[in-house]
Amino acid sequence: MSEDKFDAIIVGAGIAGATAALLLAREGLSVVVVERGNYAGAKNMTGGRLYAHSLEAVIPGFAEAAPVERRVTQERISLMTETGCFTASFLNGRPGAPDRDSYVVLRGAFDRWLMEQAEAAGAMLVSGVLVDDLLTRDGRVCGVIAGEDKMPAEVVILADGANSQLLERAGLRAEPVGPRQMAVGVKEVIEFDDKVVEDRFNLLPGEGLAWLFAGLPSGGKVGGGFLYTNKASVSVGLVATTAEFMKSERTIHELLERFKAHPAIEPLLKGGKLAEYSGHMVAEGGYDMIPRLYNDGVVVIGEAAHLVINLGYTVRGMDLAAGSAQAAAKAVIAAKQAGDFSARSLAAYKTFLDDSFVIKDMKHYRKFPHFMENSRLFNEYPEMLEKICAGIFTVDGRAPASMLSKLMEPMKEVGLLNLMKDGLKGARSL
Amino acid sequence: MSGQSAALRVSVEEKLGVDKFHVDESYPHIEVDKAADPADIMTLVRACPAGLYKYSEGALTFDYAGCFECGTCRVLSKGKVVSKWSFPKGTFGVEYRFG
Repeated sequence: MSEDKFDAIIVGAGIAGATAALLLAREGLSVVVVERGNYAGAKNMTGGRLYAHSLEAVIPGFAEAAPVERRVTQERISLMTETGCFTASFLNGRPGAPDRDSYVVLRGAFDRWLMEQAEAAGAMLVSGVLVDDLLTRDGRVCGVIAGEDKMPAEVVILADGANSQLLERAGLRAEPVGPRQMAVGVKEVIEFDDKVVEDRFNLLPGEGLAWLFAGLPSGGKVGGGFLYTNKASVSVGLVATTAEFMKSERTIHELLERFKAHPAIEPLLKGGKLAEYSGHMVAEGGYDMIPRLYNDGVVVIGEAAHLVINLGYTVRGMDLAAGSAQAAAKAVIAAKQAGDFSARSLAAYKTFLDDSFVIKDMKHYRKFPHFMENSRLFNEYPEMLEKICAGIFTVDGRAPASMLSKLMEPMKEVGLLNLMKDGLKGARSL
Repeated sequence: MSGQSAALRVSVEEKLGVDKFHVDESYPHIEVDKAADPADIMTLVRACPAGLYKYSEGALTFDYAGCFECGTCRVLSKGKVVSKWSFPKGTFGVEYRFG
């Protein structure tokens, strides 16, 4: 490994790391990305959906060249019980607009493509190398340590993901993250013959479906299920707060199998072949979980900085990753010009991030993680909707109840006060 | 949310069999405390996506070979059960082709 000092060493070749690398390389900075997997994306996993706007600002029209699976045109949200599934469905038939579009992606292919764009701009990728520790001098970060190698740099950009081991080493988080602040996700990629995905999900070529579920998939605990359509496969899985497994009856694997066996899902997966099973952690503490973002010679971006927004109907991480990479790159470029990589200089990263959509959005939804910690959302409400629908749609020859009582009886079981309280709280946290 | 759990159609071992792993036979990147409190062990049995924590007849068995390196056990155990957690060395461990 080179003895030269780089302007920037980036740990992790995910969306945050590769985007930062691309932006720094474009400005002529010497930048190396150190990735422990054998290629960019080898360790990365998403549900998943990429909202394009922030990457669009870096690479206009990227989706035409990048290996995206499908542009999302259909949204579905379901509340699922053991015997029912209430679904709201929306078809967005408007023509695509690059800054408003979103895409289903698979990270193995996508991250490799993005890193190639950074390499083409002059960034260097060192793959298959684990950063063991940070190199420090007089309390400031001045590079990374990988095995026997010491690699010096003016600044280290931590982009090592949700399970970052370096965040605490860099003095950016005093307390380790707790089980309430992290969720665990599992996913299967299930492959089909050509055309099956489009026929089965009623999709036009290139267009895709994003479908989120509350209730049964996470076993009535804080979490949810998802199903996204890829080109010739679907991504199906679930996410649940890690703390829920301290007292759950089922393993996460049993939850996934039960979700896949649900009558609303099983026919859609029929005949498919498992191509990959994966698992990953995801931060879900929202704004209040964001660590300190910079220190002398170091900044943290992407999910290593716990930049994730989960609202149940939208789940975002990758667009925040690209957004935070832009703010960090801007600060590092300014630091290079000033020849000052101290915390005082790198504080500009926080200023840029605060002014960007990343922190504005995280702040806006600050109260939502707390709202989600409400068991009724995952139990009583899915059951209430099932009862209301069963009441409305069932004809059995008995004297009909009034529509009002068909609606009110299941609502009274939950409690009208609870409904009002939760409705108000939900509305306020959005 | 009651009812018995559906019979597992596909075991987690079968699923891991589809995945690609470069196992570092010389370096277990996670080590466990077999004498840990069974209640803490069961939490990890339930939460580990790869089903690597197994507890039967009062004994914990753990195999790091099918690990996704997600860190769930590290966060959940808070120092109990998991006595060491690190990433596999570079090039080793899970390799997602789809992700």
